[in-house]
Amino acid sequence: MGITFRKETFRDDFTFRNSPEHIRRFPFPFHEDAYMYAVNIEPHVVGPKGSVLENLIDVDEHYVAEMQDRALVLAEDPLRCQSLPHMTLAGWDLLELLMEQQALGYPEHFTLTRDGDRWRWINRPLGIDDTFTFGDTSTLPYGPMEYITRQSQGDFCILDQRDGNLWMDAGMVTTQADWSLDFDIGMNFFEWHAPVPLAHEKGIFTRALKFLTNIQQGKPARRLNWTMTVNPRLDTSPENYHKWGPDRATVTPENVGDKVHLRVELQSFWRLPRSNGIVFPIRCYLIKMDELVTQPKWARRLHRVIRDLPDELANYKGLTRFRPTLVEWLSKLDDGSATSSGFGPD
Amino acid sequence: MSTGTTKLDVVVSDVVPVNDLVTRFHFRRRDGDLLPTFSGGAHVVVEMRDGQRTRLNPYSLMGSPLDTREYTISVRRDDVGRGGSLFMHRNVRPGLEMVISYPVNLFSLDLRAKKHLMLAGGIGITPFMAQTAQLAGEGGNFELHYTCRTASLGTYADVLRERYDRRIRLYHDDREERIDLDRLLSTQPLGTHLYVCGPAGMIGWVRDRAAALGWPAETVHFEHFAAPQPGLPFDVTLAVSGKTIRVGEQQSLLEAIEAAGVDPPYLCRGGVCGQCETNVISYDGKFIHNDHWLSEEDHRSGCKIMPCVSRFEGKSLVLER
Ligand code: FES
Repeated sequence: MGITFRKETFRDDFTFRNSPEHIRRFPFPFHEDAYMYAVNIEPHVVGPKGSVLENLIDVDEHYVAEMQDRALVLAEDPLRCQSLPHMTLAGWDLLELLMEQQALGYPEHFTLTRDGDRWRWINRPLGIDDTFTFGDTSTLPYGPMEYITRQSQGDFCILDQRDGNLWMDAGMVTTQADWSLDFDIGMNFFEWHAPVPLAHEKGIFTRALKFLTNIQQGKPARRLNWTMTVNPRLDTSPENYHKWGPDRATVTPENVGDKVHLRVELQSFWRLPRSNGIVFPIRCYLIKMDELVTQPKWARRLHRVIRDLPDELANYKGLTRFRPTLVEWLSKLDDGSATSSGFGPD
Repeated sequence: MSTGTTKLDVVVSDVVPVNDLVTRFHFRRRDGDLLPTFSGGAHVVVEMRDGQRTRLNPYSLMGSPLDTREYTISVRRDDVGRGGSLFMHRNVRPGLEMVISYPVNLFSLDLRAKKHLMLAGGIGITPFMAQTAQLAGEGGNFELHYTCRTASLGTYADVLRERYDRRIRLYHDDREERIDLDRLLSTQPLGTHLYVCGPAGMIGWVRDRAAALGWPAETVHFEHFAAPQPGLPFDVTLAVSGKTIRVGEQQSLLEAIEAAGVDPPYLCRGGVCGQCETNVISYDGKFIHNDHWLSEEDHRSGCKIMPCVSRFEGKSLVLER
């Protein structure tokens, strides 16, 4: 039984929805009634059936619509996808990783056949059936990274590792939460996290860099991050701030359930074998408040988390403008009873 | 996160004597699948079950990264070392089942280089076997200068000459041939990266000359796994796990910690990767730091130690492990 792919949009009329099964598999990021900032990195291993971790690269009902949205973004702004010349090999690494994982997890939708360097890739949801020579860029319609990331959900940053540092030298970034590949391309880890005025923060970054440069082949890692977005927009880039920024002033007590979305990013970190680079797939999941509160535990917990969030954090996450409206709306769904521990719905 | 690297179950598929000192070992996966892809310069850690003792030694992969039906490593016999290479030479036979780690690359090519200039000394040739194969496949621009004691100890020199012809330059100590390093380094095209692997003395010499001739540090790459040195036995207290252990003469501190059932992280076991770094809580005595990871200031401070290669002499040592 395959996935039924939804026809939906992430712009204009915003027809994006989650099916009831997809609501239950949403990666709700709060395991307790408060949010504490923590470096929550863990091994990226296969999780429970029916969760977004059932496969290491997740494909879901939004796949086709997300790929169409990506094509629209790229048509308008080709700089969302860039790869410096020395990153082509890493692009082939990523192509192999994504084809392997998608074919492994979803054999009814994707098939990869290899005969030495001659590879055949069938992507049924997008109607693609291509034969190409692995390693020979002239046999694909795009470079290897662009080819495969036009067919894979989530953003991808490919980092080159040299001189004990990581360099953002390639990427496909069309669904980002307010940052820009075109700005960061070619920068090293400290540069793209700049400005870093405080010494103790620098200590944090040094440790994070040490962890990342030690990511090993065969041992990917992951972490969850979250923010909130008004309207189900995938593309909240700085380039398009004029489109999505004003949305934040449109939240009213009447439309909060439909407009406000929790946005969860599942970031994973993989060592690439041929290039020795590192790739971060950043997979974005959206859920509107009306859908989220169908799980009473999540409704109660989210109310408490958002209500008690320190102001600086709320600011940083861009919720300040609509937080009172949201908390007021959620409070009606919080009967004060205890929530069970863990992420899943009851 | 769990420690160490992911493991592979392999079987020794071939053992080939190469010359008086060097033997080559071939590994295949026990389940018959392909081995993981790797990049030129990567090493694997080979686990050796030697009676009661488990030895873990890193060796560079020397096969072509384009062919992962098998992995090959070359081991130079060291008659006065701690015994890992002797174990490989004496006990490892075709058909033996072994465990090795996934590949880890601490000596990778800088793919931005316009040209790759490689300098190898002795058994330091092994990572270049894979790197040249990788570059040859991609039409990369490289040149390899290889020094060995005698022609008969020029491990794989014939293979390399056969494959790459004039891109390989050989120097034999017994014929008093020596690399004209200053000339070599000062006549390279802009955008050249330099790679050196061999004895510590050679690495030091090449790095010093490159720096003196104005090569930017980020264009100079080197790999030298210090083998753990034997030394006087000493006692260590592990504060976190609450154990007191003895480090034997022939044992490294890391091995002693592992033997006590504590599972500390490591990648290279040669003092270069930084993974095993451990805080010192207190000590009375002196450290013998053999690593290439900590800064001189770290060494002087007595706050940190790299247990894979470093030792201690004195009354007491307490580590945060
Ligand atoms: S294990 Fe690499 S420095 Fe000790």
